[in-house]
Amino acid sequence: MKVDELLRLANVDEALNDKGTAHLTINLNKVVSKNIVPGLHIDTRETKDGVDVNIVVDEGVVIEKQVHMCFGITHEKALQKIVMNIDIHKNAGISVLSHCIFPKATKIQHIMDAKIRVREGASYTYEEKHIHSMDGGIEVYPKAIVDLEKKARFKTTFELIKGRVGKLDINYSITGMEESVMELMSKVSGRADDIIKIKEGGNLIGKKARGVLNSRIAVRENAKAEIYNIMKASAPYARGHVDCKEIIQDNGVATAIPVVEVKHPKAHITHEAAIGSVDTKQLETLMSRGLSEDEAVELIIEGLLS
Amino acid sequence: MGILKVKKLSLRLNGKKILDNIDIDFWEGHVHAVVGPNGAGKSTLAYTIMGLEGYKKIDGDIIFKGHSIKRMSISERAKKGITLGWQEPSRYEGLSIKQFIKASANKKSNGIVEDVLNKVGLDPREYMNRAVDKTLSGGERKKVELASILAMQPKFVMLDEPDSGIDVASLEKIFDGIKLLKSYGSTIVLITHSLTVMKQAEHAFLLCGGKLVEKGMINKIEPYFEKECLPCEHKNVPDTGGADES
Repeated sequence: MKVDELLRLANVDEALNDKGTAHLTINLNKVVSKNIVPGLHIDTRETKDGVDVNIVVDEGVVIEKQVHMCFGITHEKALQKIVMNIDIHKNAGISVLSHCIFPKATKIQHIMDAKIRVREGASYTYEEKHIHSMDGGIEVYPKAIVDLEKKARFKTTFELIKGRVGKLDINYSITGMEESVMELMSKVSGRADDIIKIKEGGNLIGKKARGVLNSRIAVRENAKAEIYNIMKASAPYARGHVDCKEIIQDNGVATAIPVVEVKHPKAHITHEAAIGSVDTKQLETLMSRGLSEDEAVELIIEGLLS
Repeated sequence: MGILKVKKLSLRLNGKKILDNIDIDFWEGHVHAVVGPNGAGKSTLAYTIMGLEGYKKIDGDIIFKGHSIKRMSISERAKKGITLGWQEPSRYEGLSIKQFIKASANKKSNGIVEDVLNKVGLDPREYMNRAVDKTLSGGERKKVELASILAMQPKFVMLDEPDSGIDVASLEKIFDGIKLLKSYGSTIVLITHSLTVMKQAEHAFLLCGGKLVEKGMINKIEPYFEKECLPCEHKNVPDTGGADES
């Protein structure tokens, strides 16, 4: 398989050919292409198993067009380790769409280890969309430590849009200073013997810091999901919310472990979790419109993960 | 001519008879009302005809176009053209109105979603991509339910308490939808204890305590219901064991 074919799967041709759109394309441990725009710096160093990437957005610069990053592996068996250091300077802004494409994977490990600093008044939006093989032979380990300074904003979504999960182990830890905002969303559907583990920790230490941890998970057949959402608040008027919804079918097993810790009398965190089979009334409504039970379940899960 | 016949239909839930030996013949292309006080068995009758979980173990039979449907699944009944509009329609996180209506549509033609949304008074530009979730008001959700039924163009549709949770202006849109369904040739059954809704029908069947106690043209049943049933203090509160019963 060639890199071009990989990129075609992610439908990013147009963005990669646009000179006004910044991008970085990596296949295994090789930088295939890179384009930067004023105010954005992307430095890379190829290593034995992957690539170290440093990203800096200059103070006050707001990158107008969404930046595309493509992390792919054309091989069937490989290890890819991406180490990222991201620094979004004061009042800067950037939105990144990351395409993680492993369509041939039979035995692949993709490790992402990121340190992210979002400085005062800056904004960083990170969408991660995965395309996997149907083989299930992939292990994905996204890890990030995020520091949000005063009035900084961080929003991230993780989504598997095609293929099987394999093994997924997300580990995010975010600390929010005064009036910062963090928003995390993970949407994953597992089947066969997929294993989904998500650990997200939000630490609201600044006055009026806000945070939301969302998870939308579906597990079918023999898939398993464990979701650990930890939200802590230790400053006045800090506001947090943890929201986990999991649908289980067949022999799927789902566990949600929310930890909510409030250390200031004027802080407030709410939490809701729902785990269970598809709601009978939702199912019967769609069936009463002529959908089969399987079609109805698919549609409900599609909605939940949309 | 009857499109759907309920023959000596009885249903027990938790040992209690909720429907008791009911015979009803729904005439094709007509608007019927099944009326009665709370707990009379009206919604249970609709759930039983639709074949919902917990409402399948019946005595008697349900005949649709000459064939028994009592062993059919909900989907099979729906594929034959039978559907139900719920008193409190389900909400679906993330599922767009467009997806919901398209899933219901009999013909997947372009423009069907816009068409039916316009017919129930919802601007497609505003509503198509909204989710069928808790951000919709009760009236909006009810209109989306009706829009999905219009898209399905069913042969036999039961609307359970079509006026519940909606304002007067929205009710007019629901009534317009009922007229539209009739113009498609659908047979309509309004499950109601409201005189206003009952007046939309041509025939009515009056249930009390799970039994059919009266039937006839609407001008016969309406005064009877108003005079005898509304002031009646007889309690229709069967133990349904938690089953959803209005």
